Amino acid sequence: MNNTPILEIKNLKANINENEILKNLTLTVNQGEVHAIMGPNGSGKSTFSKVLAGHPAYNVLNGEILFNGDSILDLDPEERSHLGIFLAFQYPIEIPGVSNEDFLRLAYNAKQIAKNKPEVDPLEFLAIINQKLELVEMSPVFLSRNVNEGFSGGEKKRNEILQMILLDSQLSILDETDSGLDIDALKIISNGINTFMDKDKAIILITHYQRLLDYVKPDFVHVMQNGKIIKTGTAELAKELELKGYEWLK
Amino acid sequence: MINESKKTLNNNITKLVNQPYKYGFSTTIEKDIIEKGLNENVIRLISQKKNEPEFLLNFRLKAFKKWKEMKCPEWAQLKFSEIDYQNIIYYSAPKIKKKLNSLDEVDPELLETFEKLGISLSEQKRLSNVAVDAVFDSVSIGTTFKEELAEQGIIFCSMSEAVQEYPQFIKKYLGTVVPIGDNYFSALNSAVFTDGSFCYIPKNVKCPLDLSTYFRINDQNSGQFERTLIIGDENSKVSYLEGCTAPQYDTNQLHAAIVELIAFDNADIKYSTVQNWYAGNDFGLGGVYNFVTKRGLCAGTNSKISWTQVETGSNITWKYPSCLLVGDYSQGEFYSVALTNNYQQADTGSKMIHVGKKTRSRIVSKGISAGKSKNTYRGLVNITNKASGARNYSQCDSLLIGNLSNANTFPFISVQNSTTKVEHEASTSKIGEEQIFYFLQRGISLEKGIELMISGFCREVFTELPLEFAAEADRLLSLKLEGSVG
Repeated sequence: MNNTPILEIKNLKANINENEILKNLTLTVNQGEVHAIMGPNGSGKSTFSKVLAGHPAYNVLNGEILFNGDSILDLDPEERSHLGIFLAFQYPIEIPGVSNEDFLRLAYNAKQIAKNKPEVDPLEFLAIINQKLELVEMSPVFLSRNVNEGFSGGEKKRNEILQMILLDSQLSILDETDSGLDIDALKIISNGINTFMDKDKAIILITHYQRLLDYVKPDFVHVMQNGKIIKTGTAELAKELELKGYEWLK
Repeated sequence: MINESKKTLNNNITKLVNQPYKYGFSTTIEKDIIEKGLNENVIRLISQKKNEPEFLLNFRLKAFKKWKEMKCPEWAQLKFSEIDYQNIIYYSAPKIKKKLNSLDEVDPELLETFEKLGISLSEQKRLSNVAVDAVFDSVSIGTTFKEELAEQGIIFCSMSEAVQEYPQFIKKYLGTVVPIGDNYFSALNSAVFTDGSFCYIPKNVKCPLDLSTYFRINDQNSGQFERTLIIGDENSKVSYLEGCTAPQYDTNQLHAAIVELIAFDNADIKYSTVQNWYAGNDFGLGGVYNFVTKRGLCAGTNSKISWTQVETGSNITWKYPSCLLVGDYSQGEFYSVALTNNYQQADTGSKMIHVGKKTRSRIVSKGISAGKSKNTYRGLVNITNKASGARNYSQCDSLLIGNLSNANTFPFISVQNSTTKVEHEASTSKIGEEQIFYFLQRGISLEKGIELMISGFCREVFTELPLEFAAEADRLLSLKLEGSVG
């Protein structure tokens, strides 16, 4: 940890359809850190991830989001993506008629263009993606299937982690990537995350379960309630929550 | 492909404006017209202006009589104000001073109009692998590659010319696939049709070029009533393309065409359409009413007729390209992409009538509805008692964009023979905000994302299009949909 902040969120307020969900959220994430955000249903965890990624349905009413020191509030979702913000979706979207391979290549090349690097052709891309597939133990057959269409819950989540690794973003937010996974899949995904993580990157894990944190060690655990962070601690805090529940904090 | 420049940096996905209709201009030209209105005299006048033989005048008069007894069909999922048939010009032709000997003598204004539409008729710039017949309002103004085709015995000319030069074909075949009284609009067309294309491919000839007709409505008040007749003799093969555009007016223009195809033993006719008539403005004002009857007769053993259509334009589309599979082992195909946006309405589909033994048909229909539009698939698969061993496969997929569009599917199936196999599949999917956000989050622009989804959705149909059309169709759909998500 070198204490260089990637993400600084200050007094963030955001709403959707006139409902204020985030109420004065403040959080700093430095390079090399893994943060876990836990909290009861409806506390605003998913909203937080969508607001970070720039989902158009959410309005930021107040506060600031700095990414590597610059405000991203005026940036489109794809611009934030190009800067290095990745969101692994809680419910990955199915896209009929579009092959996973085309989708992944398009995303990869969009990033290449944003970084002023040459686009790769389908053959070059195949070499790149085949390596990454191994990291999440996915079969190349996945590439020819349509994006998330007919995927099992576990396959969808693995596909999200595959994309995270492929796009090599600096900041990744994983929204309940562990929910609905069996132990084997959880291990595969955790291995993927641990291999991917390095000292220049940061990861925010949104989760309900302490289980994931046995495999991916967080530096900080935050408890979110009613749109703000009410408690911050270490991995021990997650264990305590597992035993006592959220009521204990009230 | 749409340009990938800084457009991706557009601030708000909902603010992407609709691509304006780029064929909306009109041409000012001296015209020879028959006054508005429809009566027996107008029909006689049309026939007289075109110097038609008596059998054709009688054909028209008989049709007019039928039409007067018929009523505009109301079963389609279409809403439109009643058409005032007395307020339409039935004959509008650019004035021609003398008989033309070659295309170089065509009014430069007209040539320029077609140039602007991307159709070059002049010797130097014409497409090298496609022969074109260009129809402007009521008349054909020229056909390219005529001599070259004639060397192989292929006849490709305007309907008017065919009436003069090859009346034996017209007398024998006109109205045999689509009878005069088949429906309200076929009766109207049979009474007042003014031009169109005629094509005859002789025995054992594979047409070396794609043949094409380009239809342009120019006049604000004229209807376009063209007729196309294509005959594929034994062992022949032809691929035919049709393109359509019209200027932007705030009144509606009527287009009621008939296309008849006849395929004899082992003949193979492929008919492709990219229809991009003016669709009206964003509020549904103006645009073309497109009421078309297209039908193919597989008369011979082992003959094949294949329809491919990409319907993106028109305020209203009412169109059911069909195949009558009479010859044993004959095959019919229908591949369609119909896209509606804003207030457009489309009621389209196909009919496959199986009469011959071991006949096969395939229907693949893709409907895309955006804005507040209505998109309906209506189809009939009819397997008659004689059609032993017949097979049909139908697939109807709908794609909805946004929350206000509407898609319907009405597949009628009638089977009267127990040795047949009929399959039907249908699906409905939606491009919503969440899918778009998924693309954006992965750094893929809105335009690219939609293009990818649309071309994925339409792939099975686009692969059926001739090469020149496939890229155009892909681009056209993407342009038409810009700004429709959000």
